[in-house]
Amino acid sequence: MRNLLFALLFAPLVVLASGEELQLDNANIDPHDAISIQRGARTFVNYCLNCHAANVMRYNRLTDLGLTEQQIKENLMFVTDKVGDPMTISANRKDQKQWFGVEPPDLSVVARSRGTDWLYTYLRTFYRDETRVTGWNNLAFPNVGMPHVLWQLQGIQIMKTESVEHEGRKVEHRKLVLDKSGSLSAIEYDNLTRDLVNFLSYMGEPEKTKRSQIGVLVLFFLLLFLVPAWLLKKEYWKDVH
Amino acid sequence: MNQLKALLGWVDDRFPLTANWKAHLSEYYAPKNFNFWYFFGALSMLVLVMQIVTGILLTMHYKPDASQAFASVEYIMRDVPSGWLIRYMHSTGASMFFIVIYLHMFRALMYGSYRKPRELLWLFGMLIYLCLMAEAFFGYLLPWGQMSYWGAQVIVNLFGAIPFVGPDISLWIRGDYVVSDATLNRFFAFHVIAVPLVLLGLVAAHLLALHEVGSNNPDGIEIKKKKDPKTGIPLDGIPFFPYYVIKDIVGVVVFLMVFSAIVFFAPEMGGYFLEHNNFVPADPLKTPLHIAPVWYFTPFYSILRAVPPLFNSQFPGVVAMGLSVMILFLMPWLDRGAVKSIRYRGPLFKGALALFVVAFLVLGYLGTEPTNLWGQFGSWLGGAERATVVARIFTIIYFLFFLLMPWYTKIDKTRPEPERVTS
Repeated sequence: MRNLLFALLFAPLVVLASGEELQLDNANIDPHDAISIQRGARTFVNYCLNCHAANVMRYNRLTDLGLTEQQIKENLMFVTDKVGDPMTISANRKDQKQWFGVEPPDLSVVARSRGTDWLYTYLRTFYRDETRVTGWNNLAFPNVGMPHVLWQLQGIQIMKTESVEHEGRKVEHRKLVLDKSGSLSAIEYDNLTRDLVNFLSYMGEPEKTKRSQIGVLVLFFLLLFLVPAWLLKKEYWKDVH
Repeated sequence: MNQLKALLGWVDDRFPLTANWKAHLSEYYAPKNFNFWYFFGALSMLVLVMQIVTGILLTMHYKPDASQAFASVEYIMRDVPSGWLIRYMHSTGASMFFIVIYLHMFRALMYGSYRKPRELLWLFGMLIYLCLMAEAFFGYLLPWGQMSYWGAQVIVNLFGAIPFVGPDISLWIRGDYVVSDATLNRFFAFHVIAVPLVLLGLVAAHLLALHEVGSNNPDGIEIKKKKDPKTGIPLDGIPFFPYYVIKDIVGVVVFLMVFSAIVFFAPEMGGYFLEHNNFVPADPLKTPLHIAPVWYFTPFYSILRAVPPLFNSQFPGVVAMGLSVMILFLMPWLDRGAVKSIRYRGPLFKGALALFVVAFLVLGYLGTEPTNLWGQFGSWLGGAERATVVARIFTIIYFLFFLLMPWYTKIDKTRPEPERVTS
């Protein structure tokens, strides 16, 4: 037990020392843009759902985005016919573990644990790597178990390593280049992933926009209430010397 | 009106209602010179009530079951009407509780509120603080995220570092060989009933002790020494009701503005109130890269990490961490100053207190970060980690504040206290 404690306390050092920092790209999403979130939902149910689940997200919650239940049923529901159902999946977890080495995580709150910038970077930095079982690797998530599901849209990126002279030292520069283009242009693909991340962010906390709207009202009320409270205090404390 | 009076008389014949109202509110005389720092006692009562009410509402929907706990919290966040508000009030309340308690304790340090005759008042307060730490620790396991799980694992394992009996103690606390469903169930029981019961009893004792000896004030003098010869009321005292009740309403509104700003606009507080990794369900097979407790424990966690292991045992660190909290109990007997309040103390105490605050904050910050934060020193210091060295220095300062207190408070150049309170 003592060894475990020791390992737990000092585990961070070992791992962080060997990792290198990746500059994350700014996802720059607009949580008030319901259309963007709708497009993200479409990408999500078509490409992510059914390997990944979103077990705490109900389909009819998407009415938040201005969709009707009929629209949701017709366009976004493929594995259930009850609009009140959560986005569970029918894939066999055991099979998945065999295929990918890990069970694909539930994505309900992934935006809250990973952050939107990370997701945006992750979805755009898959590259071809023949040493991996799936044939794919990722800059944000080295040796990821997931293959590049969106490759037909983005195309195939490969890693180019070039040596550059920098202040008299040789520095290895690694960068991704598009080897074979997909059905979308680079800008279109960025927009598609941005919408998807916007949806994931919304799904992580559907109440978020409503929350800040209520917050403004609450603060406004408290500010108003402060005035009589302060005047009352002044009035009462007149006779304290 | 007469009927109401008759009813009150009927009650008073059977229960000391009016007598208690007078003793604790309308005829409890508090010094008239309370300043900003005296809001935090009332505010901690407010947060306590808020935590109890939101906590009761949460238990109506939460499932203390390892396979359902994480999802039930998300259920509260999504499907329970206003569940997100209740949950955020509770999670924000936890951190705000520690903020107001730390400020309340700092007030006591500044004005010597722990000094004679308020030693028991201070001890009850310290016990409340211990209960609060236990309450926060047990409660943090309940969302069953990765940080809940591994934080609990680390802290329970601290008991495992005790020689001979340690492993058995941690087994006893967990109820299993690892943190598991059994642990979650018992932590739930501790969090929702056992600790709150003790906490409420201690709060009552804290208030009774306070009203017995009377409140201290920023001048650190006893208002009971100067009483009106006719009425027996302290000359510098004003009745708690209405004066301080009315004044505290202003404090409450300002506090609620800060509280609401967090709840509605930044409930995660950048990962300090709700850690990002806690949105990943607990996984006993996957240890997170960086395990840090929530911010209110990090000063002590820093001290734990700063103390080097002895014979490959973390026990010295665990002892140091325990002592860093426990030593506060001794404050009434460590302080030998001629005066209570910082207003009349000399430069030694002022400097020591300032240094202590800096040490507490720096240790708190370092506890949230991995120890390789600032990299390492060169070969001249054996490649020691900079952050660890800094944590060690401030750990020593932290303890010296207490250990040298009998000496520096005694030789400190104090100024004479005034006869009556100043405004």
